[in-house]
Amino acid sequence: MVDLLQIKDLHVGFDSRAGRVEAVCGVSFRVREGSCVAVVGESGSGKSVCAQAVMGILPRNASIASGSILFRDPKTEIITDLAALDTRSEEYRTIRGGRISIIFQEPMTSLSPLHTVGDQITEALRLHEGLSGDAAKARCIDILTLVRFPDPVRAYKTYSFELSGGLRQRAMIAMALVCGPALLIADEPSTALDVTVQAQILGLIKDLQKELGMAVLMITHDMGVVANVADEVVVVYHGEVMESGMVDDIFRKPGHPYLQALLRAVPKFEYAEGERLIPLREIKPHRGHLLKSRDTPVGIDNTKPILEVNNLSKSFTIRSEGMGGVGKSVLKIKAVDHVSFDVARGECLAIVGESGCGKTTVSKMIMRAMDADTGEIIYNDQGTDVRLSDMGDKEMIPFRKKIQYIFQDPFGSLNPRMTVFDILSEPFVIHKIGDDAYRREVVLELMNLVGLDPRHLNRYPHSFSGGQRQRIGIARVLALQPELVICDEPVSALDVSVQAQVLNLLKDLKKEMGLTYLFISHDMAVVNYIADRIAVMCRGRLVELAPKELLFKSPQHPYTKALLDSVPFPDPSHPLDFQAVRETTMTNPDNWPDPYDVRDATDASLIDIGGGHFVRAHDLSNLRTVA
Amino acid sequence: MYQYFLRRICIMGLTLVVISALVFIIIQLPPGDYLTTYIEELKAQGEVVDPKKITFLRSQYGLDKPMTTQYFVWLVGMLQGDFGYSFEYDLPVTDVVGDRMWLSMILNFATVLFVYMMSFPIGVYSATHQYSWGDHGLTFIGFLGLATPNFLLALILLYFANVWFGTSIGGLMEPEFIDQPWTWGKIKSVLAHLWVPVVVIGTSGTAGMIRRLRANLLDELQKQYVVTGRAKGLGELRLLIKYPMRMALNPFIADIGSLLPQVVSGSVIVSAVMSLPTTGPMLLSALQSQDMYLAGSFLMFLAVLTVIGMFVSDVLLAMLDPRIRLDGGVKR
Repeated sequence: MVDLLQIKDLHVGFDSRAGRVEAVCGVSFRVREGSCVAVVGESGSGKSVCAQAVMGILPRNASIASGSILFRDPKTEIITDLAALDTRSEEYRTIRGGRISIIFQEPMTSLSPLHTVGDQITEALRLHEGLSGDAAKARCIDILTLVRFPDPVRAYKTYSFELSGGLRQRAMIAMALVCGPALLIADEPSTALDVTVQAQILGLIKDLQKELGMAVLMITHDMGVVANVADEVVVVYHGEVMESGMVDDIFRKPGHPYLQALLRAVPKFEYAEGERLIPLREIKPHRGHLLKSRDTPVGIDNTKPILEVNNLSKSFTIRSEGMGGVGKSVLKIKAVDHVSFDVARGECLAIVGESGCGKTTVSKMIMRAMDADTGEIIYNDQGTDVRLSDMGDKEMIPFRKKIQYIFQDPFGSLNPRMTVFDILSEPFVIHKIGDDAYRREVVLELMNLVGLDPRHLNRYPHSFSGGQRQRIGIARVLALQPELVICDEPVSALDVSVQAQVLNLLKDLKKEMGLTYLFISHDMAVVNYIADRIAVMCRGRLVELAPKELLFKSPQHPYTKALLDSVPFPDPSHPLDFQAVRETTMTNPDNWPDPYDVRDATDASLIDIGGGHFVRAHDLSNLRTVA
Repeated sequence: MYQYFLRRICIMGLTLVVISALVFIIIQLPPGDYLTTYIEELKAQGEVVDPKKITFLRSQYGLDKPMTTQYFVWLVGMLQGDFGYSFEYDLPVTDVVGDRMWLSMILNFATVLFVYMMSFPIGVYSATHQYSWGDHGLTFIGFLGLATPNFLLALILLYFANVWFGTSIGGLMEPEFIDQPWTWGKIKSVLAHLWVPVVVIGTSGTAGMIRRLRANLLDELQKQYVVTGRAKGLGELRLLIKYPMRMALNPFIADIGSLLPQVVSGSVIVSAVMSLPTTGPMLLSALQSQDMYLAGSFLMFLAVLTVIGMFVSDVLLAMLDPRIRLDGGVKR
């Protein structure tokens, strides 16, 4: 195979007030015709900058300092050095979008909301092939069919905000492919999507690559994605290539220490007894004398669950007002539909599901940040059952100390105008605990507990990295020594190596402080690492609840099966079954087969099939044979 | 779409009725009426007032009737094109206002046009050449315009016109055309005089608009869809016009509604300073002498302008932005 793209010793720098910062320093790799190369790295590694440099769409303050980007157009066999070409020149513009095109991470913002999908796709045709009118429309509908839009003719006329995330990404792919490029650059194309949608999009890119004979340059941070789509892999770190090679070699015989460490930090699915992830930098929690481990008081039935949720429901009303107030319709969406589960003292129960499945709504109702429509939440407070769901705001206050919440976004959850000391001592101020001296000492202990330097107490959150901020958030949660901690996607905004660090910290703290976790996540690998039991939710319904080994070994519910089938394993010898993923319709409850289907009159309930394994179904007799 | 317009027009009508009631109440709020002011004036001049004459006048003008009756008489009259009777001028309001209303409208329309035509290219240039010398210079001039009171600018222009050209640029036409029927000569004279008040009144609006457009466009230029367009191979100019500029237009259009009354009320002092035959100074004197029908008509005129401006901007927004047009069936 011939090299389609050759990047040689590329240097890209950013001009900032503090001087020039090199984001890419001497990167070289190649993309062969028709192959798929993955560039892997953590945030800030310069992988996206490489893609922008190839496209000639670097930010205004960035420029290529040296090196060459040789692109050999397979149609004309002319070799152009893109690095030397003026990015505004006619020549570059014919290559950009015509011969090389790109899709981005954010399908929500990548398309203009003011123009129809068809308009934006045909624009590329008009620019590169001089097509317009009906001919362009026909080509556009062809390509929309190719990317498997359910109704391409209608899609032509829709606006991007009328489409779901997965469909927007398909529209984006259609736009990139409509001129038949020789190279498609996919910059984190599936990161913002749900796991089942991600698998479909990856499968689509793979299929189209074969069908159209184009090469793909995949930029990603996800080793699972790499293992499933790439032929060759380039690992970058701090703007330099650490290692590159064929995908099998990269996973089997990682040579560079960074790559070895990165692979060790990726959550897997098979663990030996007591095996831990190995982050690039391990944190050891140091507990002082003030923050005690929670000993179970004498005479308390330890087997009683700490939290019981019974038949919890919540629906939201969406008032859609047509133009002119006519056709006003009130849409009721059941965000949470009769969900019941309990959390045992000292365990980690994970709730998994895709966006919009109601997992966060459940957690907010437990926190009483939102009132449930029906159902009850019972908290076992030192042996006495308390109905949190009936409590007024005032009565709730003492329980706020016992249930705490870790947020997903480490940037938005800390007040940028408070120092770390203020942030960590605020829980004591709110609950009027201790005097200044006591607070200072506890805060110091908290910093040690999450492995942060106590000398940084006077700093503001912006001077910390994402992982450090998340640890500040965890320290704030632990300040009041809660019993139950709700973690809402605590690691999904973090890089793999930092993710492993925070997961290990959470694991250690659970043991040290005797905590109980309700862990909300969309990432099956993370959940597999940290959880004891897993509850799977789909469209507001709890469909399956089982100890994690059972769930992974013998999933029962069709949705759980579809979900597990869609998870890309970071292991080339365990590829995704793209065929099965493409055909799955199980994310829609209307397609669930009997006995899992949704019937109005007698809605299904969770049925015990042994070993603590519950599945949502109507009838036992059928299931027994399956299990 | 049409239902939307229909609904908006109905709401507009209702709004105007409510405004008319408010206007009437506010005008009536100060103690006394036009006649008491008139009597005071006569007394001050040492004349004797015949109480019989006063009672006669009061019933003649309908001032002895209850307020609600007066209001409805006024409202119904207005719908028929009869805006009432000006006590001060002893003429029907329509005759008093006459040309002034038209000249006001021409002046305001020209000002709005001037604001848009000046601010749009400058705003776009400022945003696309952020932090260049051009941007800094235009920004500086813009801030000057924003900070200078209109009437001061008017005075300065009047002074220099007098010193340099030896002419008075006050007024909206040559003195010989005043109160004359419209002829070509009069129109030309109006146009020749128009630019000075337009510049004076429009400067601050232009400056504000430049700042807003620049900020909006800068926000839009950062957006991902702009990069998408560039990655498609679009040239910079076409890209700018098709995507970010169209998005940045939204606040531009939404401003039409608020710009109109701002221009009208902002021009009162300038009109007084430059002795422009517009509605502003007359409104002022009508309010002072409690000439209620005249004042009320002016206030209603302002209200109608505002409401129409809002309507126009809403309609344009709905046409330009599918997100507003298709509001309702939006899925998330």
